[in-house]
Amino acid sequence: MDDPTTDVIQGTLDMLILKTLSLEPMHGFGIARRIEQISRGVFKVNPGSLLTAFQRLERDGLLDAEWRQTEKSRRAKFYTLSRAGRKRLEADTADWTRRAAAVARLLKAEA
Amino acid sequence: MSAWRQLTHGLRGLTRRTAVDRDVRDEVDHYLEQAVAALVARGVPPEEARRTVRLELGTAALVCEQARDYGWDRLVGAALGDLRYALRQLRATPGFTAVVVLTLALGIGATTAIFSAVNPILFEPLPYPQPAGLAMISDFGPAGLPQDVTFGTFLELVERSRSFEAMAVVKPWQPTMVADLEPERLTGQRVSAGYFRALGVPPMLGRDFQPSDDRLDGPRVVILSHALWTRRLGADAATVGREVTLDDRSFLVIGVMPPGFENVLAASAEVWAPLQYSTSLMPDGREWGHHLKMIGRLRPNAGLGQGRRELDAIARDPRPEFPRVPWASLQQGLVVSSLQHEVTRAVRPALLAMLGAVLLVLGIACVNVTNLLLARGVRRRGEFAMRAALGAGRARLTRQVLTESVLLAAIGGALGMLVAEAGVRALVALSPPGLPRVGAIRLDGTVFAFGLAVTTVIGVLVGAIPAGHASRGDLQAALQQGSRRSAGGHQLTRGALVVAEVALALVLLVSAGLLLRSIGRLFAVDAGFDASRLLTMQVQGSGRRLDTDAARYRFFSQALDEVRRLPGVTAAALTSQLPLSGDMDGYGVHLEAERELNDVSSALRYAVTPSYLETMRIPLRRGRVLDARDIAGAPRAALINEALAKRLFRDRDPIGQPLRFGPDEGPPYTIVGVTGNVKQTSLAIQNEDAIYVAVPQWHWVDNVMSLVIRTQGDAAALAPAARQAIWSVDKNQAIVRVATMDSLLARSEADRRFALILFEAFGLVALVLAATGIYGVLSGSVSERTREIGVRAALGASRAAILTLVARQALTLTGLGMLVGLTGAFVASEAIVTLLFGVSRLDPVTYGAVVALLLTVAILASAIPAWRAARVDPAITLRAE
Repeated sequence: MDDPTTDVIQGTLDMLILKTLSLEPMHGFGIARRIEQISRGVFKVNPGSLLTAFQRLERDGLLDAEWRQTEKSRRAKFYTLSRAGRKRLEADTADWTRRAAAVARLLKAEA
Repeated sequence: MSAWRQLTHGLRGLTRRTAVDRDVRDEVDHYLEQAVAALVARGVPPEEARRTVRLELGTAALVCEQARDYGWDRLVGAALGDLRYALRQLRATPGFTAVVVLTLALGIGATTAIFSAVNPILFEPLPYPQPAGLAMISDFGPAGLPQDVTFGTFLELVERSRSFEAMAVVKPWQPTMVADLEPERLTGQRVSAGYFRALGVPPMLGRDFQPSDDRLDGPRVVILSHALWTRRLGADAATVGREVTLDDRSFLVIGVMPPGFENVLAASAEVWAPLQYSTSLMPDGREWGHHLKMIGRLRPNAGLGQGRRELDAIARDPRPEFPRVPWASLQQGLVVSSLQHEVTRAVRPALLAMLGAVLLVLGIACVNVTNLLLARGVRRRGEFAMRAALGAGRARLTRQVLTESVLLAAIGGALGMLVAEAGVRALVALSPPGLPRVGAIRLDGTVFAFGLAVTTVIGVLVGAIPAGHASRGDLQAALQQGSRRSAGGHQLTRGALVVAEVALALVLLVSAGLLLRSIGRLFAVDAGFDASRLLTMQVQGSGRRLDTDAARYRFFSQALDEVRRLPGVTAAALTSQLPLSGDMDGYGVHLEAERELNDVSSALRYAVTPSYLETMRIPLRRGRVLDARDIAGAPRAALINEALAKRLFRDRDPIGQPLRFGPDEGPPYTIVGVTGNVKQTSLAIQNEDAIYVAVPQWHWVDNVMSLVIRTQGDAAALAPAARQAIWSVDKNQAIVRVATMDSLLARSEADRRFALILFEAFGLVALVLAATGIYGVLSGSVSERTREIGVRAALGASRAAILTLVARQALTLTGLGMLVGLTGAFVASEAIVTLLFGVSRLDPVTYGAVVALLLTVAILASAIPAWRAARVDPAITLRAE
């Protein structure tokens, strides 16, 4: 595969969405673009998966959603991190860091 | 919170689908616009940007499709979609739907109804606390069969047994309650004081019997059933402490049983009084009569086996402080069995046979429905292939087919509950008088749960094979199937189903046939008397005015005279027990010469008025009948039946021989004649020993006698006049069990008749189902093979050859089914062997008749398809492509 971008690692999409939203409320494309930008194009987000993830997170009470009118008077759905979402993000971040560090150590030891 | 959101969002997804879909669409559109805008901002021309976005992210419709596929409501929505589609499909073929639903409703309804009867009687524990601890204790009779215990045995066991915490004995009691209206004879029981404690159910009002109530000449106290208390005493709580009049004596009401109390030993008992037997145990008293039913409650840690071992040890170890009489020596031990088992023993074979029969019907119904679904699946093969071509997966197709079959089963099940409701009513109405726990037969939660389970299992079962066929098919071949070129492998499956159906029907029909032949044989048995135009009724001579033997004898004689005077009466007589009525009254008998022997056997006792033999038309074989000579104080005369004569005297002449019968007091009886044998218990039972004596020459005058009246015309029509005639002598005497002898005869075989009616009904249903099944498969196969038949016809096959082709298929399948069925019937007939009478379970006539019947039905069912096949016009068929 010569395409340098990859799909988001299975299971981390939720965390990335939560992280992105911890900065400010955003709509769907904004979140996708932010993930791509910050990962410097490593992660490419599929809109279908993203929208499904929004529904899941919203139903789990981690996100709040709100319809707003955009400048071009279009209906756009904005997502906000809820209190539960913020807690989940902290837990996920700690967990991820711990795992990543462990994997990194293992890889180093082998090399 | 999240569960709440799951619920509300999900519900919104279900109920406001369009609004939710619009939201998703808006969000997707916005997303894609933003993506395009971002590219445009980087200097890409708008047209190019839109193309890139579509390539990389997909079209709006595709994204929407993905985004919508989330949440439980999606699954529910899909299931609802399947359901709506299934409903539409079923509505489109109303004939098919009606046949399937009716078939299933019949099968499920009948099974549920039978289950509702079998479950409480055979499987549910008795309605008492810790029912497993309840045992029934019996003595061994002379023939090695269990018989009722004596009061003496009861007293000894109560004193010596340690593994039972309570024991009780009961005997039937039929007091007459005289109130403002007609006298009413009640069914009741005389019980030892611990009866209700042994069962574990205390009275709802008042108190239980105490040992102080249960002694000779003790207080006259009664406990009433809730039903009697409500019916006769207006459910007045103040009844407790008041007196009621039974048999002209007042009894103090001390308690009322709770409404749900079920008395399994005598379901119709409504009044209980203490037994009040003497504990002094005189050898010639009633205390040593085998007439008490005995129950015991085991201690919580003692099992039935322990109780049995202990009582057996006690029985084989007589102690001087507990003297026994020769006929209750317990030398053969005691019978200890669970009360549940005892209560249901008599009906168990019939009920299990019925359960088996109804499951066969259900099996046939299922096979039929599977067949119909398969045939329908074949017709819809093109539709399924189209759906598969459009991207429906195997799982999706399977789900659709299963949804349809489960929906059919659900509708069938719902209708089936109505069938069950009617079935339960019919069952209770038809049920033989001896059926225990009839009151517990109803449609309750358990039964509905059973119906639901059966329905679900059937829904999946009948759908499984068609679903497999529908989803398996080869797309290419199926799409071309418009030409019906391929006769698929499902032919084999459907053939197998016909074989199964014929086999099941044969098993059922053979069983029904065997029962039918048994009943026929049974009613051909000579009862020993002439049952036609014979009216019977039981008359009670109770109350203080009839307290003495003389007074009772006078009342009965006067009543008999009054009845004889009625127009239309040709003869009338009284007897202490009536054949085939359920009466059972026997006493020990032995020759005067063998007086000292301990070997005591018993004979049925008939204390009768002289004209009894003449009225019943029981033949006199030798000697003389009882007549006016045989009065109190005259030498005691007895008639014995042929069975007893043969047993006691073999070839010797019994006339003039002295005989001991009943209580050992006074001079012996002299045999003056020998009569023909009469069936007492049942037509099916071998001849029992019997002795007839004149009423005034028996040791006492019974207070319940049966009146038999031979009439000129219709026996039943004479009943009101006879009743009035008796009441003209004493209007306070209860008259019960008014019945013609014919109806008693029929009722004595009610168990078998009950089983027969059900088996015949099930057999008929099975026959119809099997016929439609064979017809369905053959006509399906003919229409699929139309082309092949057309080609054959075109190549010169005659009509006869084509007819043979189809008929051979039918007969092969039927023949195979019969082979399987004969094996099945051979096994199944073992289960109903106790219900048979006079026919072998391998009766060749029955098997032959059933095979012939099924063959005829198979030929008829294949006639129409075969005829259609023979008329296939090759020109039309071949052009149809």
